[in-house]
Amino acid sequence: MSKFLPLWPDQASTMASQVDALYIYLLLVSGVMTALIFVAVTVLAIKYRRVPGREAQQIEGSTLLEITWSIIPLFVMMTFFVWGAVIYFEERTPPADSTEVYVVAKQWMWKIEHMEGQREINELHVPTGQNIKLIMTSQDVIHSFFVPAFRIKQDVLPGRYTTAWFNATKPGRYHLFCAEYCGTQHSGMGGDIIVMEPQDYARWMAGGTSAPLQETGKQLFSQFGCATCHRFDVQGRGPNLTGVYNKPVLLEDGRTVIADENYVRESILNPTAKIVNGFKPVMPTFQGMVSEEQLNALVAYVKSLSQPPTGTAGLQNQPATSPAQPQNMQVQ
Amino acid sequence: MASIGIPANQAPKTNYLNNGHSLKSWLLTTDHKRIALLYLISVTVFFFLGGFFAMLIRLELLTPQGDLMQADTYNKVFTMHGMIMVFFFLIPVVPAVLGNFLVPLMIGAKDLAFPRINLLSWYLYITAGVLFLHCMLTGGVDTGWTFYTPYSTAGSNTNVVEAGISVFIAGFSSIFTGLNFIVTIHRMRAPGLTWDRLPLFIWANYATSLIMILGTPVIAITVVLVAVERLFHLGIFDPRLGGDPLLFQHLFWFYSHPAVYIMILPSMGVVSELVACFARKRIFGYKFVALSSIAIAVFGFLVWAHHMFVAGISLYAAMIFSFLSFSVGVPSAVKVFNWTATLYKGSISYATPMLYAFGFIGLFTIGGLTGLMLATIGIDVHVTDTYFVVAHFHYVMVGGVLMGYLGGLHFWWPKISGRMYPEGWAKLSALLVFVGFNLTFFPQFILGYVGMPRRYWQYPPEFQVLNVLSTAGASVLAVGYLLPMIYLFWSLRYGPIADANPWNAAGLEWKTTSPPPTFNFDETPVVTWEAYNYDEIPQKELEAPVAR
Repeated sequence: MSKFLPLWPDQASTMASQVDALYIYLLLVSGVMTALIFVAVTVLAIKYRRVPGREAQQIEGSTLLEITWSIIPLFVMMTFFVWGAVIYFEERTPPADSTEVYVVAKQWMWKIEHMEGQREINELHVPTGQNIKLIMTSQDVIHSFFVPAFRIKQDVLPGRYTTAWFNATKPGRYHLFCAEYCGTQHSGMGGDIIVMEPQDYARWMAGGTSAPLQETGKQLFSQFGCATCHRFDVQGRGPNLTGVYNKPVLLEDGRTVIADENYVRESILNPTAKIVNGFKPVMPTFQGMVSEEQLNALVAYVKSLSQPPTGTAGLQNQPATSPAQPQNMQVQ
Repeated sequence: MASIGIPANQAPKTNYLNNGHSLKSWLLTTDHKRIALLYLISVTVFFFLGGFFAMLIRLELLTPQGDLMQADTYNKVFTMHGMIMVFFFLIPVVPAVLGNFLVPLMIGAKDLAFPRINLLSWYLYITAGVLFLHCMLTGGVDTGWTFYTPYSTAGSNTNVVEAGISVFIAGFSSIFTGLNFIVTIHRMRAPGLTWDRLPLFIWANYATSLIMILGTPVIAITVVLVAVERLFHLGIFDPRLGGDPLLFQHLFWFYSHPAVYIMILPSMGVVSELVACFARKRIFGYKFVALSSIAIAVFGFLVWAHHMFVAGISLYAAMIFSFLSFSVGVPSAVKVFNWTATLYKGSISYATPMLYAFGFIGLFTIGGLTGLMLATIGIDVHVTDTYFVVAHFHYVMVGGVLMGYLGGLHFWWPKISGRMYPEGWAKLSALLVFVGFNLTFFPQFILGYVGMPRRYWQYPPEFQVLNVLSTAGASVLAVGYLLPMIYLFWSLRYGPIADANPWNAAGLEWKTTSPPPTFNFDETPVVTWEAYNYDEIPQKELEAPVAR
């Protein structure tokens, strides 16, 4: 990318070339359309300019022409729609094997937490060739995570998680911008995405000393007393959380929801919003007691309870029965 | 020809301009033409105020560092620019100035249906404007014109409530204007002036009025909810209070997307009038152009969430709104094709209003096509909230709306003022506006695609060259906008006297004197002809009228 007069952004993710290909198609179609209109207007305006002794010829119109120039653009636009929707679908669907990174935005900085426990501010180190899923939330107002070189952008909202993903292809240092206006230092709320070769990344990652995020979450889980009710050995007052993540949960009111990150988050902050079928609304809210970072750790821990046992997460029992629907605790 | 009413140079002694000279005769007038002039003066003041803020923005962005003003000041400056231009200029400009002046004249009526409500509209507008100026002078507001929550309800420490109230009041001004136009167009058309004989400018204003009365109440409710949450901490939009920030965006864009059509539709109506007159032809596909205005008004209400593709709405909601957004593309394209086709076998004059119409077609084409790019969700993710969007909506809202407005103002200036404007200066200014506009905003498309976010006070140094180009263009554009103000003002005293129909144009407004009498027509006209019956009106050999 020319540093003097950049005309095209760096292509540094698997998505970039796909978005650019569609953009070039749109530019070509639009260029042809614009040229057609400009040439038609210019030629007609000169050819039929006012000269003495020549009158305009009245023409009523033509339904055939109207239909033609409605249908053809509509057809062309549908190609825009379909191609755009295909790319968008991919942009919004993180692959299952993604490495997760938690992002907390606040006025005016980006706080990054890796699963391994590495923390960064306004910088995100990632290896090439790996799918990275960002799980993002804001501590205050709406922000937006924008990396032009990856062609990704996702608003980051307070009170819920939004996600984005990318797979970086080219080592280098790329701009991270906040793209949703967020107050005084909005334009200063930037940072760098540092893409490294996998071996360099491993070396960088080894430099850290902090515990993995889910371990922090496990400590918090007992510190906040969650383990008292959410037991793994016998049925407690709350549901057993083993294997819950990303599975359907039957609620008291008969609805079924998927226990995704936002569900886990809401269940901590606003436990009475969605009561699992068979349980009493006895859990106190943790709103205002846990920070966004602690929440992320707790969510990461709950998610780790649904991964195949690796010996790190506190898995005492294999989920033989569906843990989301306890059979023995029907509260009358 | 039977359709030529009043001979040239026989203006009656009293017209709407000299019928009363006291301040009271202006401020308490119920004459739609005088109210149009009150609007003309007030929107012009707001336009130059908004333009002043635009120049401050462009000057700050001349260098990558934030050096001309503080970050907070810059945030207020772009907020003021946006709010003034959207709520106090673009929304009222064509309907309230040209529409007010022309709707009764074009349909052969003495006035609008509710002349006093019309005056009330202007007073509401002025009240809102004064309140906004007060807000501006006592610290301003920094939320961006979009008032996004929770920043506007919990983050900003500026005077959001006062700005919100002024938008609320301005909204009612626009609701009353819409109501007035709809009733007038339904009930007060001259005998024989059936719907399929209406000028396309009337169709466009009718469609606009529908949006005004159906959409504006929603923005009014929305700013009230913002004020309520801000003042009483009632959880509506702020998640910390149990609210939903996306709810705000849905409500806001439910009005603010159709509002774009409130701005552009009347200008499209103007362009139809100009193309017909200066090509001496009936508009090609009249019926399709008329109905496309209604189609734009209807489809315009179904596309709002295309502003929210990265905001956190569901994948499938995004796809549906992307699909629906393309539906607006068809009637817009139909208009452009029909204007172009009207030129075929015409007798085309290059008078200033027509130059503006050409400019409109060019800029609107680019604005519309880049709108299709934004509706394409895979692309929108990358370019939304960048300068690409800024460039796109300036092409539509400034390139489009202002080209139409200035074209219309020049075209009807002899009717409004009774004087001709200086054609040479006018052509120069049309050229400056076109060149300056493209130089200002075209680089911003590139800037957006390479990744510069909007509302940035400082930016990485590699974006500087494109920003310098844009600022250079803005200075040319500023001259292009200042010139008409000077020479139109000059022409009020020194311009050649205009006759009743200096362009030999079709349309009832040209069958009364210039300027028209207070009640427009001495006798109610009876219409026996189709709109744009240019085959029955002799054309002038010269492209522009000269002083006699």
